[in-house]
Parts: sequence; structure tokens; C-alpha cells
Amino acid sequence: MIHLSFTHWPYIAASYGCTIMAVSALALQLTLRLRRARVRLALLEKNDHGMRPTS
Amino acid sequence: MTKATQQTLAGRPVPGRFLHRFANPGQFLRLSHWLLPLLCLLSFCFLAVGLLWGLLFSPADWQQGDSVRIMYLHVPMAILASTGYAALAICGVLSLVWKHPLADLAAVEIGPVGAVVTALCLITGALWGKPMWGAWWVWDARLTSVLVLFFLYLGHIALIQAFDDPQRGYRAAAVLAIAGIIDLPIIKFSVSWWNTLHQPDSITLTHAPTMPASMLIPLSLCMIGFAAGFAALVTGRLKAAVLESRAQQLMTRRSWGMGDTA
Repeated sequence: MIHLSFTHWPYIAASYGCTIMAVSALALQLTLRLRRARVRLALLEKNDHGMRPTS
Repeated sequence: MTKATQQTLAGRPVPGRFLHRFANPGQFLRLSHWLLPLLCLLSFCFLAVGLLWGLLFSPADWQQGDSVRIMYLHVPMAILASTGYAALAICGVLSLVWKHPLADLAAVEIGPVGAVVTALCLITGALWGKPMWGAWWVWDARLTSVLVLFFLYLGHIALIQAFDDPQRGYRAAAVLAIAGIIDLPIIKFSVSWWNTLHQPDSITLTHAPTMPASMLIPLSLCMIGFAAGFAALVTGRLKAAVLESRAQQLMTRRSWGMGDTA
């Protein structure tokens, strides 16, 4: 019979779970932000080049 | 910048000029192009080995049992919370004294990551404290000083966004970051200065570690892994901020009708 209340595993699992979730959320947010910034800058630069007069 | 311009007439390097060499956003983008993947790879490898080792293969503590495995998360988070704040204060000095162009942006990006790391330190500490002390929280000097650090991070984030003029927000936040550095020695020495429930440091620079190698090695791997992860997150966020700033400049230039004169 497993006595979960007498073990520390729920606390350990909660610690690892919280940390992995928080780090993953930060990494995901960063990936999306970087992708958005790259796409936006590329679009603006493309339009900017298009607006320059040709010599 | 040539080598000659980095030196005074006396031939000594000028710190401000030396730092400005690394303040060029273009140079930072080139640096981050290879640094970011390297830091991500380092972090992933060290954390994969360190966390699995700590969770599955390192021995349980004779007194604390398996709950000691929380140490592999809690200790790196605690060290990174303090180190991150020290970095914030350094950015404050660079911004106020040398007007370093990237220092303000770096401070903006370090703040939220540092706040999350400090929150994780407090959460993992509570999850370790409950089975060991019988309480999630005690108003112990170490715990309270880390809670103050968390509020300092939140204050820094709030101050940056509190002003209409971003430059005023940066200046106010830099002053707070520098003033708040007083909390770091209090955190470090709280277990020596006061009678606390929190245990004293197991790893110090002056004494041999009080833990066996079977715990010290996975802990060191986790520390390197989390430090590389912290650096990767800050570098990536800073890179995104520089790209966003460039896009904003292009938008402003276009809105002023200067796009065709560039």
C-alpha cells in the first residue's frame, strides 16, 4: 500500500512541474516574440526598399 | 573604433569607451546570432543531465530524505535571483554613468526573467519547507529578504512602465536597482547574522562543500544549466527588443515622410 502522505514525492513533483512550466512559458513567449519581431522588421525593410527612388 | 581611440593620453584604456564598443546594437545582433543557440544548447544539455541525475540517481539525504532533490532547483534559482539583480544594478550604473545604449534595454529584459526566477525560488523553497519545517512560510530573515528581492524586481518593472517618457522610467528604475543592491548582502549573510530556520550555505568560497560529490556534481550541472538558460533568455529578449526598436524607427521615419529620402 502506498502512503503518499508520508512521502515527499508530491512536493518534489510540484517543484519540478512549476519550474519546467515557468521556464517553458518564458521560452515559448521569447520564441513567439522573436519570430514576430523578425517578420515585422523584414516586412518594413522590404516596403522601405520599395519606396526608395531607383537611380 | 580603433585601438588608439580607446586609450587616454596616458595610454590607459577608458572603461566607458571600452564598454561602448559593445553597445552597438548591430554588433550585439551579430554576437547574439551565434551566442543564443550556443547558450540554448548548453542549457539543454546541462539541465537534461543534471536534473535527471538529481531526480533519479543522486542519493537521498539521511535527514531530509527525498525532499533534498528540490535542492537541484531551489539553489540555482536562489543564486540566479541574486545574480540577476546584481546584473540589473550594473545595468543601472552603465545607464546612469556612461549612458550605455543597450543598458536600459537589458535592464528592461532582465527584470521579468529575474522576477520569475525569484518567484520560483520562493515557490520551491515553500515546497521544500512544508515537509521539513511543517510550514509553507515562516518570517525568517532569509525568506523575508528574498521576498523583498522579489518586490524589488516587481518595483523595477512597474517603475519602467510608470512614466510617459521612457527615459524617465529608465532613470528611476536604474536608481531603484542601484539602491536595492543593499538587499543582496542581507540575503547572503542573513543566516549568519540572525538565528534562522533556514540552513546555512553548504557551498562557500572559503570552505570545502559540506555535501558529497554525488550531490555536488548534479547540483553544479544544474547551476551551469540554469545560468546558461537565464543568459539565453535575457540575450533572446534583448535581441527581440533591438529588432522591435529598429522596426519602430522605420515606422517613425515613414510616418514623418522620410522613407524616400533615406
